Amino acid sequence: MLEIKNISKSFPNFSLKDISLKVEKGDYFVLLGGSGNGKSVLLEIIAGNTKVDSGKIILNGNDITLEKIQKRNIAFVYQDQALFPHLKVFDNIAFSLRHKKSTSTEIKNKVIELVELVGVTNILYRKPATLSGGEAQRVALARALATQPECLLLDEPLSNIDTQLRYELRSLLRKINRQGQTIIHVTHDYEEAVSLASKLAVIEQGKIVQTGTPEEIFLYPKSEFIAKFIGVKNFYIGKLLNHENSSDLKSFETSGILFHVATDEKNEDGFLLIPAESIVISENFNNSSSRNFFKGKIIDIFPAKLGLEVVVDIGVKITSIVSKEATEKLSLEKNKAIWISFKASSAKFIRL
Amino acid sequence: MKNNWLILIFSFAGGLVLLFIVAPLLGMFLSTSGNEITETIKDTEVTSSIWLTIWISMVGTIIFAICAIPLAYVISRKEFFLKKLVIGIINLPIVIPHSAAGIALLTVISRNTVVGSLAEKLGFGFVGTSAGIMLAMAFVSVPFLITSAIDGFNAVPVKLEKAAMNLGASPFRTFFSITLPLAWKPILSGLIMMWARGMSEFGAVIIIAYNPMTTPVMIYEKFNSFGLRYAEPVAVLFISVSLIFFIVLRLFSKNKIDARN
Repeated sequence: MLEIKNISKSFPNFSLKDISLKVEKGDYFVLLGGSGNGKSVLLEIIAGNTKVDSGKIILNGNDITLEKIQKRNIAFVYQDQALFPHLKVFDNIAFSLRHKKSTSTEIKNKVIELVELVGVTNILYRKPATLSGGEAQRVALARALATQPECLLLDEPLSNIDTQLRYELRSLLRKINRQGQTIIHVTHDYEEAVSLASKLAVIEQGKIVQTGTPEEIFLYPKSEFIAKFIGVKNFYIGKLLNHENSSDLKSFETSGILFHVATDEKNEDGFLLIPAESIVISENFNNSSSRNFFKGKIIDIFPAKLGLEVVVDIGVKITSIVSKEATEKLSLEKNKAIWISFKASSAKFIRL
Repeated sequence: MKNNWLILIFSFAGGLVLLFIVAPLLGMFLSTSGNEITETIKDTEVTSSIWLTIWISMVGTIIFAICAIPLAYVISRKEFFLKKLVIGIINLPIVIPHSAAGIALLTVISRNTVVGSLAEKLGFGFVGTSAGIMLAMAFVSVPFLITSAIDGFNAVPVKLEKAAMNLGASPFRTFFSITLPLAWKPILSGLIMMWARGMSEFGAVIIIAYNPMTTPVMIYEKFNSFGLRYAEPVAVLFISVSLIFFIVLRLFSKNKIDARN
């Protein structure tokens, strides 16, 4: 539906190189990358705010590379929202409706529908300067949605918002996406990316280094950058359940395996991330404070930046990073049966 | 304590400047009797000259604003060859002697020039007319408007304009609904400055037109022909009327939105 073909753009000290992407209708497409990697520039190019040096942008089969900004029907929510400071919330949201020759009743109904969707019904007649970060972001979303865009571009929409509100906004974004809105979302936060993306592209130094579903990218990172950037080897999709005999722990079920997890999230679908550094390998079962003990078989050992990566099959693959010394001491080798353990508190649950 | 001394000394120095501005005006007001003022108000020659001055400057300001504000916008938003030179040219009328500005203007609009003869054919001339006075006023005062408007536009983030266009607004709608309202306060300030500066212009005006007589010319003429006592009440009345206008306009423009809130 939106296709970006071989886009390049040079700046004096930075350039986007040969970017190609395909976003299908209804996708929640997340562009993940560190700051200064060109994510925002790419959004500006899609919106038409910045011209490209070469390449094409195709929207629903039409070449819009040279189309005027106002004719693209692509809405942009800026990182700082860019609400019009002299207009009240109502007029900000109604801005795009006013030049469509709608009647004032139609405009009012549409604005009310939008503020109900984003949850800011009580601030319609306030000026942007008086809004909190979360409110401003919701208003910016409503204003963008008022244009009924083919594609909604979000530039780091959750970056200036505190944690609790961030969860709420995430579910709002998910809700908007489920209503069929195609979204391209730029972020540097892998947790945000995992939690929202139906498709993910990782951008590094102006280049797309990998595209795929979050699972594909997190489980099979194509470059060291992604692995490092994402920083997580053990990544599972599954479901959070009540623990059989503990009230402060939860169980996370993935492919028939139950992990013990310390989290205060509700029971729902999500991802579990376990840092490889926190996984301990031992020869025998030993009683310790770790709640997770699994017997498994080493299926691979290879050198990593800090020691060795040991991949163990416990029903699912789980990776541990151990020092060379420890490897020698325990004489770890392929096909050896060992125990692995990790604390329930070292696993991180991210809800979908 | 050091800081207090600094502020004290600076306040004293600043106070002297304030006194320098206020004392002559106050002196003039105090040395003019109510009787003289009443007599002057009754003098239709004086009052019509005041109205004429106010009107010509106002009309000039409005007419020139139609082109000066777009110029300020282009200068604020676009980078182009010799931009600095253009900004220098805009400020030229402020630095040249105003009588010289009048002479310069005369070389373009007098009867034997292309512009002057064309205007003559259309039924109006510039030399010795209100239209000529308007040009003289605008020539020396339009830099105030342009400079202020450039500052105003500079304070409006380009991102807001892009945001408006992302929402489907044309460049024209973006300008009139976003940029202009946000830059309005400095622009209004510039308009008031241009109007005020135009009204008070003497040098350029007297070169272009002795008659119809604007008030600054009338004050000079009365002073020259009859002396201080006759010039004073006219000056007092003119200043008073101008002040009332400015205060009203300033109040009107106060608390208006701008790009910074």
